[in-house]
Amino acid sequence: MIIELAHFALALAFVLSLVMAVVPMWGAAAGRISWMALGRPMAVSLCGLMTIALFGLIHAYALSDFSVLNVQQNSHTLKPWIYKISGAWGNHEGSMLLWGWMLSCWGFFLATRGRVKLPPALHARVLSVLGLVTSGFILYILVASNPFLRIDPSPREGMDLNPVLQDPLLAIHPPVLYAGYVGFSVAFCFAIAALIEKKVDAEWAAQLRPWVLAAWVFMTLGIMLGATWAYYELGWGGFWFWDPVENASLMPWLAGTALLHSAAALEKRGSLKIWTVFLCILAFTLSLLGTFLVRSGVLTSVHSFASDPTRGIFILALLGLTTGGAFLLYGLRAPHITIGTSFKPVSRETGILLNNVFLFTFCATVFMGTLYPIFLSALDMGSISVGAPYFTATLTPLLVPFAILMGIGPLLAWREASFVSIRAKLYLPLALTVALAAAIALMPWPDRVFTVTMFACAGWILFTTLSDFIRKTQRFTQIRSMPPAYYGMVMAHAGIAVLLMGATAATVWKEEKILWMTQGDTVAFAGKTLNFIGIRPDVGKNFTIERAILSLQGEKDAAPDFLLPEKRWYPAQQRELSETALKTDGFAINYAVMGDQDKMNPLRRVIRLYHHPLVLWVLLGALMIATGGLMAMASPSKSTSPSTSSAARKVQA
Amino acid sequence: MNTRAFIPFGIFICMIGLFAVPLLQGKDPAILPSAMIGKQVPEFTLPMATGDGKLATADMLHEGKPFLVNFFASWCVTCKGEQQVLAKFTQKTGIAVYGIDYKDTKKDVAAWLERHGNPFRATGFDEAGRIAIDFGVYGVPETFLVGGDGIIRYKHVGALKQSDMDSVFGPLLEKTK
Amino acid sequence: MKKVLLVILLLLSIPALAVQPDEILKDPVMETRARDISKQLRCLVCQGEDIDESNAGLAGDIRKLVRERLVAGDSDTAVLAFVQERYGDYVLMNPPVKPATWLLWGAPLLVLLAGFGVALRYLRRLPKGDE
Repeated sequence: MIIELAHFALALAFVLSLVMAVVPMWGAAAGRISWMALGRPMAVSLCGLMTIALFGLIHAYALSDFSVLNVQQNSHTLKPWIYKISGAWGNHEGSMLLWGWMLSCWGFFLATRGRVKLPPALHARVLSVLGLVTSGFILYILVASNPFLRIDPSPREGMDLNPVLQDPLLAIHPPVLYAGYVGFSVAFCFAIAALIEKKVDAEWAAQLRPWVLAAWVFMTLGIMLGATWAYYELGWGGFWFWDPVENASLMPWLAGTALLHSAAALEKRGSLKIWTVFLCILAFTLSLLGTFLVRSGVLTSVHSFASDPTRGIFILALLGLTTGGAFLLYGLRAPHITIGTSFKPVSRETGILLNNVFLFTFCATVFMGTLYPIFLSALDMGSISVGAPYFTATLTPLLVPFAILMGIGPLLAWREASFVSIRAKLYLPLALTVALAAAIALMPWPDRVFTVTMFACAGWILFTTLSDFIRKTQRFTQIRSMPPAYYGMVMAHAGIAVLLMGATAATVWKEEKILWMTQGDTVAFAGKTLNFIGIRPDVGKNFTIERAILSLQGEKDAAPDFLLPEKRWYPAQQRELSETALKTDGFAINYAVMGDQDKMNPLRRVIRLYHHPLVLWVLLGALMIATGGLMAMASPSKSTSPSTSSAARKVQA
Repeated sequence: MNTRAFIPFGIFICMIGLFAVPLLQGKDPAILPSAMIGKQVPEFTLPMATGDGKLATADMLHEGKPFLVNFFASWCVTCKGEQQVLAKFTQKTGIAVYGIDYKDTKKDVAAWLERHGNPFRATGFDEAGRIAIDFGVYGVPETFLVGGDGIIRYKHVGALKQSDMDSVFGPLLEKTK
Repeated sequence: MKKVLLVILLLLSIPALAVQPDEILKDPVMETRARDISKQLRCLVCQGEDIDESNAGLAGDIRKLVRERLVAGDSDTAVLAFVQERYGDYVLMNPPVKPATWLLWGAPLLVLLAGFGVALRYLRRLPKGDE
């Protein structure tokens, strides 16, 4: 019954979203206030209906209602309840429903929130566009990926109990990531509304900025969760593989980063109008592209859902119509947008402009690397594959000028700046960067050129940001006058530096030992001694365990650390899984995995040991970036902020 | 009208078009085209899977007629269905089908051939899978069509169905004659 | 379904079993070369991983093959070419530079320069003097 109710709610939502797509937009065009005002209650109701739909599916999963085909295919009575629920969105149909629900949620917040009220016409248009996009998604769900189909007779048991998918991080990674993907739809709607009105200004950007930041923070966290899961689950300490689906999340993130900078310039100074509008459309296009890539079957990936060409064609049509329409509108209306406030070639605005260019280039590179194989084979020009070596070869050189700009840009004044005035501020960071680079160069690690370059880039970003921060917070009055967005910037930029250093150290400096060990064996590892104490059996919820006990002894008197890698046997699925053992070691992580056993001697096992220096900085950096975004959201929206005047004062000083 | 503003639209439409092609063709992206097509069939000598003796490339090229090389294994679930298709094919056309057993045990393959039929003129035993690598094989079953001159003409990935033999192998053999 | 072929081999995918201790060469320099080469070869079974990471049977076979050829005296390029001859360009993680991939390799720089071009035009269009 509940499923039928949920199904009905979804169908109603489709109708409502179509109405929402038309009525407020018409009202804005005709000047009918009552019609425009209908946007708000419609968005709220839409969210209510989608919530009923999603809740219905989750309810079926929670109760293990196997008469619902989707539940039967993707769940099992023995799953812990938390994974039953997360299983609702762990499959194609359920995840599309989650997407649709997220769209309605953002619509709900858009309709009800607003620190500064949006002009009614703009508000109405934004909601209408959102209604249109949502209607496309709901139609797709109803017609081509319906999770509410029943089967008769109802089977007793479900089909899927894959232990790999029963993991806390994996359960929350999709919702957080989707919140980000879908959040960029708000920016998209703002852009379309602005193009329809032929009006892009600081006011509009002030309204836009918090939505972009919110989506961007979610994306940052979502990507971080996925990478963290990969790190501890996949067994050799990798956390980024340039897998097409990973790239599909990186691209909108890069576009989103460019967007939030561009929107900040537009809000503060009224510049970079067309760029901001373009980036709004681009970010959501890349979100939709990501959705398409995972589900259409044009790519093979560890991530892809079971594919179906008809589904793929439908999503492609959705992608084509939505963003094709958007780019068409852009083509028609962009020339009508007046050029923004002027600025000199040397200024913070130019810094942001160059930032846009670089981030767009990074994005385009990832795009090419991910999609080129598809394009080549579509043109019957051969079959190639693009992996990590391409991305590191192309992106690393570009990172150097980008990092240099990242250090200088924030120091420049708005509208008109001069190098001479900021030159003095750069001496100390430069000296510190050189010192750091020299220290790294002296260390006995491989790949010296790469490591020194990356640390120099990261160091430059960190030292310039921190020295500026220290300079601006020397007196309490200064601290109070700086907007939260400034502190957000410091946090986020420092986070990037930390992430870069951690990622470099963890990959280039990692120590790896793969060897046969048996009870009583010792080996030198991570500057300590590792002792294989033995293997102990144990029992888990629905699996049996073979646990290896490894002790890591540092100083003679210090207490040893224990690493306990496991092999788990799941009798229900006749499957064996390896559980990695992780222990932090300062900012590094010691990582142990137990491999095959010796056929002659069951106590003799393959033991893999990894030591990843500074890998916690990757996590820390990502958290700092997300926190920076949150802090920036706290800034009041104003067209001329105090920092403009304080920056002007600095120029004169 | 400012045409430059339509550049993003143009690029986007091209991209959609390029995506539409594989979707409408319904190609499986996991199946890779063979790099060995147009190249000479690899030189090898393998022990026979059943009985004594050896199978060498020269034996297959000996007659100067086209032949099939089928990589299979007793542990391969989908290979079972192929045996009848291959048997019918070799009876009808007289084209020799040579089997190469991939990473198997002699005991298992003997029993398997008993059970599911043996359409092969001779069966090589590639225990280490090294010869398979020389053929560019990445899974079983895979079937190669080799011309009488020893040039590989075509590779089929996955179990053969009768429709494959009629629609693909048949016409190709006509051409290689 | 055509995917069944892959499923058979994917059923072996238990995380974290890649390079086995018995595969490791005695010569550390050569072993490092073998690992570097392995990172550049794509596992055709799992397709998302390189053969250094993958625990598929085929990945193990090619890892052994790489080491054999290194011991036999092949250069790194020769080993990669050996595998590429049999499996095609797809097996290389680093796409070869040939006319079909010029656009791929040239793209980053081209986009950057185009971006600078657009930015420059934008700067020129800005009204001069005070706003």
